[in-house]
Amino acid sequence: MSTDANIPTNGGGSQAPPVKLTRKDFVSDQEVRWCPGCGDYSILAQIQKVMPELGIKRENTVFVSGIGCSSRFPYYMNTYGFHSIHGRAPAIATGIKASNPDLSVWVITGDGDALSIGGNHLIHMIRRNLDINIILFNNRIYGLTKGQYSPTSEFGKKTKSTPYGVIDYPLNPLSVALAAEATFVGRSVDTFTSHLQKVVERAMHHKGVSFVEVYQNCNIFNDHAFDMFTDRGVRDDAMIEIEHGKPLVFGKEHNRGIRIRNSDMHLEVVALGDEISESDLIVHDEKAPDSYLAYMLARMEYPDYPVPIGVFRDITKPTYEDMLAGQIKTATEKMGPGNLEKLINAGDTWVIE
Amino acid sequence: MESITILDNVEDKHIEELETVTIRFAGDSGDGMQLTGTQFTNTAAVVGNDISTLPDFPAEIRAPAGSLPGVSGFQLNFSNHDIRTPGDEPNVLVAMNPAALKVNIADLEPGGILITNTDAFSENNLKKAGYQSNPLDDGSLSGYRLFKLPITTLNRAALRDAVKLSSKDVDRCKNFWALGMMYWLYDRPLEPTQRWIQGKFKNQELQTANLTALKAGFAYAEAAEIFTTHYRVRRAAIAPGKYRNITGNEATALGFVAASVLAKRPLFYASYPITPASDILHELAIHKNFGVKTFQAEDEIAAMCAAIGASFTGNLGLTGTSGPGLALKSEAIGLAVMTELPVVIIDVQRGGPSTGLPTKTEQADLLQAMFGRNGECPVAIVAPATPADCFHMAVEAFRIATRHMLPVIYLSDGYLANGAEPWLLPKMDELPRFEVKLATNAEGFNPYNRDPETLARPWAVPGTPNLEHRIGGIEKEDITGNVSYEPENHMHMVLTRAEKVARIAYDIPDVEVFGEPEGRLLVIGWGSTYGSITSAVEEMQRSGKSVSSIHLRYLNPFPSNLGEILGRFDRVLIPELNLGQLAMLLRARYLVPAVSFPKVKGKPFKISELTAKMNELYED
Ligand SMILES: Cc1ncc(C[n+]2csc(CCOP(=O)(O)OP(=O)(O)O)c2C)c(N)n1
Repeated sequence: MSTDANIPTNGGGSQAPPVKLTRKDFVSDQEVRWCPGCGDYSILAQIQKVMPELGIKRENTVFVSGIGCSSRFPYYMNTYGFHSIHGRAPAIATGIKASNPDLSVWVITGDGDALSIGGNHLIHMIRRNLDINIILFNNRIYGLTKGQYSPTSEFGKKTKSTPYGVIDYPLNPLSVALAAEATFVGRSVDTFTSHLQKVVERAMHHKGVSFVEVYQNCNIFNDHAFDMFTDRGVRDDAMIEIEHGKPLVFGKEHNRGIRIRNSDMHLEVVALGDEISESDLIVHDEKAPDSYLAYMLARMEYPDYPVPIGVFRDITKPTYEDMLAGQIKTATEKMGPGNLEKLINAGDTWVIE
Repeated sequence: MESITILDNVEDKHIEELETVTIRFAGDSGDGMQLTGTQFTNTAAVVGNDISTLPDFPAEIRAPAGSLPGVSGFQLNFSNHDIRTPGDEPNVLVAMNPAALKVNIADLEPGGILITNTDAFSENNLKKAGYQSNPLDDGSLSGYRLFKLPITTLNRAALRDAVKLSSKDVDRCKNFWALGMMYWLYDRPLEPTQRWIQGKFKNQELQTANLTALKAGFAYAEAAEIFTTHYRVRRAAIAPGKYRNITGNEATALGFVAASVLAKRPLFYASYPITPASDILHELAIHKNFGVKTFQAEDEIAAMCAAIGASFTGNLGLTGTSGPGLALKSEAIGLAVMTELPVVIIDVQRGGPSTGLPTKTEQADLLQAMFGRNGECPVAIVAPATPADCFHMAVEAFRIATRHMLPVIYLSDGYLANGAEPWLLPKMDELPRFEVKLATNAEGFNPYNRDPETLARPWAVPGTPNLEHRIGGIEKEDITGNVSYEPENHMHMVLTRAEKVARIAYDIPDVEVFGEPEGRLLVIGWGSTYGSITSAVEEMQRSGKSVSSIHLRYLNPFPSNLGEILGRFDRVLIPELNLGQLAMLLRARYLVPAVSFPKVKGKPFKISELTAKMNELYED
């Protein structure tokens, strides 16, 4: 028997025939069981639509989720999937990605799942910068448990568990991700199908952790939660699509913008005209090495500001799994591949005749 | 290894032969007593004695110097024959200060050797230890052979001209001075420790200082004629073969590396630091050249989940913790049961409940391991018996986990973890082989297809084409693995998961009876109580009594022949470091009127405690 640590790697590199996959290839045989009208359907459809574009093989793709309505997602993808326990998807995904870096790993989570019970795992997975894509479905409510408030519910909101109104201050998911040093941060909306596809695609191509918040309507327990800024009639004035290298302009007439007020360094909504031109506005820089600007943008909330969507941050840093593999390589080069016999016989030994 | 001169044949009229010696070194937690004890242990082991150790240290990193909670002790037993425990009562106590004396003196055998560092018996230190008068002078120690040595002063004098170091650094060498003295007293060679010092201290001054202190202590003992005799313990007549000294935690770590090599699957260890399990993380982190990945998680839940994730990808997913951490892992262990993935969970038990006694040993997590989860959630449980046995049971844990596709809890404890013994090194071809197969064939594949013999499902890992499937914590339909709330299916799956664990019994060795196969009294142990129980039973047998014992290394399922053995004895006694957890399980399972003998003091059983209880029950 060979005692060398001649351990095969996992079968990530299989050869699939060069047929172009389609959306259908990513649809599993399971019946989708979300409430009719749920925003989750659209997110599922957009992700199934972009998967073939991303060129990753079904067998190399793993969707991991926690518990919640949104977390049923993996059942509907014809890939590998793991529907785990409440809040822990990031930790399971970490084990999956760190042990087999060849896999494309996705975490599907809800606002309660990710930010309440799983808050700890979320920030640690993000700070370690594993190359994992997190899609957080934010409906600002607990869906599966039928309508309690969540960590993103608005202050004062009346729900089943808060008949007198919520008295916890809400978390801003993007602020959390940025504070945890996320290397990719994006936001989109369930009904903005092409925008959502674009952001998901960018997230996938990002090497390192990517965190995408998706505003998702829960038509049973929190219907119309985002209408005030996402509705067709208002959205041009109530939202802003941020793009790298472009000034922050919004409005139906492209006549408003965001600049930094010199007096107190706060963001300010301004009207473009004779006094203020596009050159006075902030130019979005998703590659900025620090996250100040991304953080300021992420804090813009309706109605004081237009709600930003798009990619807030996209920078490169070495990933956890690469560095872990690197340490193994270095150690193996230095000490030679592990030899069990040598390991057992190491140190002071003696022989009894 | 270089050869060492063993003085077995040298004539020395002042030398007295002994069979076994138990020494306890005790001092302030900053005095280096663990190191001193470990060095003495290694030297005794290397010259061929059998050894067994019991480190005992405070949970505080550095309790106030001289205080009672700050006392750190290390007991070791070395012998010319096979021994299994660190000894009931020390024959020798080295007390480096009044607090160490106060905490340990009650354990010293009557007439035992008591060596004290008089320099540390200042008024201030005496007060801190709660002494009204100086015990070295007030006659209260007249029942012992008291040696009063100004160790600090003697060490300073020895180093004064030898090195240029601060007085603080000089004083830190006094444990080596004391060790040197003990080496003379027990006729041990200096070489192994000298070599260790040379390897350890790269700073030349520090190296010289420690070497000088060691030699000075030895020379002082030889020249000063304070000890009229010194002692020799000849090499032990133990099984021939190659040995090394090993602690339970080291053996555990090496065992899991071996499991990875034998299974030809990479090892992934996820853990959150906790005493007394942390050393396993430290040890595994070194062995990256075996492809071992270690992951320090943000908490025990994450560690358990990461191990599950790694198992999902075809790695040997391993996590390790101690009692409070096992409590955190329970929900995720349930997930591993439901998803039928092979994961191993190490629990190095310590005193509880809650954070309990972090550095003291206990066996009180057995019922937690057995039942501490929601739902009908059986897991396999194994428990090593001795520090060296940790190696074998670690391999065994993964052999079972991968063959039967389920989580296995590996129950070690603080005493096994830190205790050491000589390990008869296994030969490569004696190591168990186990073949681990990953599913590759899509033909007829279903994630919960079952092996007819073990009921194990296929290990189909991401990256394998055409085996895409979804698993999770929601009840599965058998075979397909689809979500199912069907009443009949749920009952079927609950029974199947129980049956999977039960069938492990066909795959593990029968338990062996130590002594006659039937008789008056059967003593049953598990885990680290092996040494004391076996020694006590041996003593009973020597006095002609009909006493036998069995030791359970497989706790769930129990070995197949257990029930039958129980029926062959009049009385059954179960000593445990808990309030009778194994006793409860065995009574319920086999309807035997077993007598529980509990001890929950953070300390292992003494042989004498056990023989007293056995005699009582024997006559009853
Ligand atoms: C340990 C544990 N605690 C509580 C629950 C109950 N629970 C299930 S989902 C959920 C909240 C889900 O809300 P969210 O994450 O926002 O997802 P949504 O259902 O809205 O998609 C809760 C509290 C659980 N399954 N496990």
